[in-house]
Amino acid sequence: MSLSRRINAPGLATFAVLILLWEVSTRLDPVMGAYLPPVSRILQSLFQLALSRELFAHLTVTLGRFLAGYILAAVIAVALGIILGYFRRAYNLCEIVIELLRPMPSVAIIPVAILMLGIGNATIVAVTVYASAWPILINTIDGVRNIDRTLLDTGRTFGLGRWRILRAIALPAALPYIVTGLRVSLSVALILVTTGEMVVGSSGLGFFILDEERSLRTSNMYAGIALVSLLGYALNRLFVWLDATAMKWHRGMTARETL
Amino acid sequence: MAILEVEALSKSYRQAGGESTPAIQEISFQVDQGEFVSLVGPSGCGKTTLLMCLAGLLAPSGGRVVVNGKKVDGPPPNLVLVFQEYNRSLFAWRTVLGNVLFGLEAKKNSSRDTEKKAKHLLGLVGLEGFERHYPWELSGGMQQRVAIARALAYEPEVLLMDEPFGSVDAMTRLELEDSLLKLWKELKTTILFVTHDIEEAIYLSDRIQVLGRRPSRVIGGVAVPLSRPRDQLATRADGRFMELRNEIYRQISGDGVS
Repeated sequence: MSLSRRINAPGLATFAVLILLWEVSTRLDPVMGAYLPPVSRILQSLFQLALSRELFAHLTVTLGRFLAGYILAAVIAVALGIILGYFRRAYNLCEIVIELLRPMPSVAIIPVAILMLGIGNATIVAVTVYASAWPILINTIDGVRNIDRTLLDTGRTFGLGRWRILRAIALPAALPYIVTGLRVSLSVALILVTTGEMVVGSSGLGFFILDEERSLRTSNMYAGIALVSLLGYALNRLFVWLDATAMKWHRGMTARETL
Repeated sequence: MAILEVEALSKSYRQAGGESTPAIQEISFQVDQGEFVSLVGPSGCGKTTLLMCLAGLLAPSGGRVVVNGKKVDGPPPNLVLVFQEYNRSLFAWRTVLGNVLFGLEAKKNSSRDTEKKAKHLLGLVGLEGFERHYPWELSGGMQQRVAIARALAYEPEVLLMDEPFGSVDAMTRLELEDSLLKLWKELKTTILFVTHDIEEAIYLSDRIQVLGRRPSRVIGGVAVPLSRPRDQLATRADGRFMELRNEIYRQISGDGVS
């Protein structure tokens, strides 16, 4: 995460050169241009699609599914992670199940979701929840486990019961870990929404990309890809901003410690 | 009237080999309401273990602790422990004011003037103007002041302090001692103060209990007849101060190095 706001001139130059190479080579070689249209053509398609509002509708659908899946995953995984991190016995109960499910590629449950939930929104959201819950869950458990014993004892000496300790001390103390998990899950959720839309969707950017490819409208397909990338980038920027605002205390503290 | 009674308190830790080693053995003493009592003993003599048992954070292996007539079985209400490691005990995500407010929230004190009360306490510990700072922005001595203000916000009848000034520099330490005496006089809280610094114990206390080497037990004690308010120069220059120091030192070294 670059904290600096300065403009990276060499990086921009690399980007510009690549775009230029792309534009020139695809214009010079029409065969290649059929698979990889010039950048200008893709931008033109993006613009036309934006005017027709077709792409915008797909974007809204994707964003909605993403938010539903991501937020649901965050709520479930943080709550569960805090309980599993704090209560040793609860963790022991779930440990083997977690260790077995965690390494499984999340997309492998798409067929399971189709069987149980059919083809539609529910499947896409469910798969997104499942996949993006893991990084949050694992990080939250780690975060709670790493809380200093003294901090929890402080809560106890002030007469707090277990649930109040969880909410008033364990949750904020584990927050730096939780945020790391949320950040990883951000891209995981977008990957799963797009994949889900490609497999079972009849709307959304994932569906749009695949559909345009099948209809041989290549530059539209690239426009869809560009839009998903932009969405990922925008969500990431938003997250960084929220993180910087909400976690000011943590950034200040760690900056001081490394002085 | 005794507010804190410790009766034949023992605590053993189980070693890796399965055998248990005693950390404290049959400790008995009492602290009266409003008293300032110190426990002194050599480093590593089990003082922290003793305080953890008194605070109900650790279950004793034998004996019992009675606070306000009730047997301790878990952290008692109206009693708070101030830890030596203030930097590990303060809430880094809360401001100085937020930390003190925690003491009031824990008491379920939700009246409208909690903020006023917290600010008043911060004034008492000399931290006026630092309300919006975060603990990690402050020096060690100031952080421990925050921890003390937070503990006092809880309005405990008994305040346990585990070498609270053990990790601040010598000058800050003297200032903190005087601040603590001022607070004690104003709030009339009962204080049980643990330290390995004999002079600090004499300077602060009404009475001192001397603990022996591990496994720790009470091997002696003295009453401190020095007048109050105390003064870092005059009190420490008092001939009786020297006598008390020598007496405690004799008791500790007479414990026999085995």
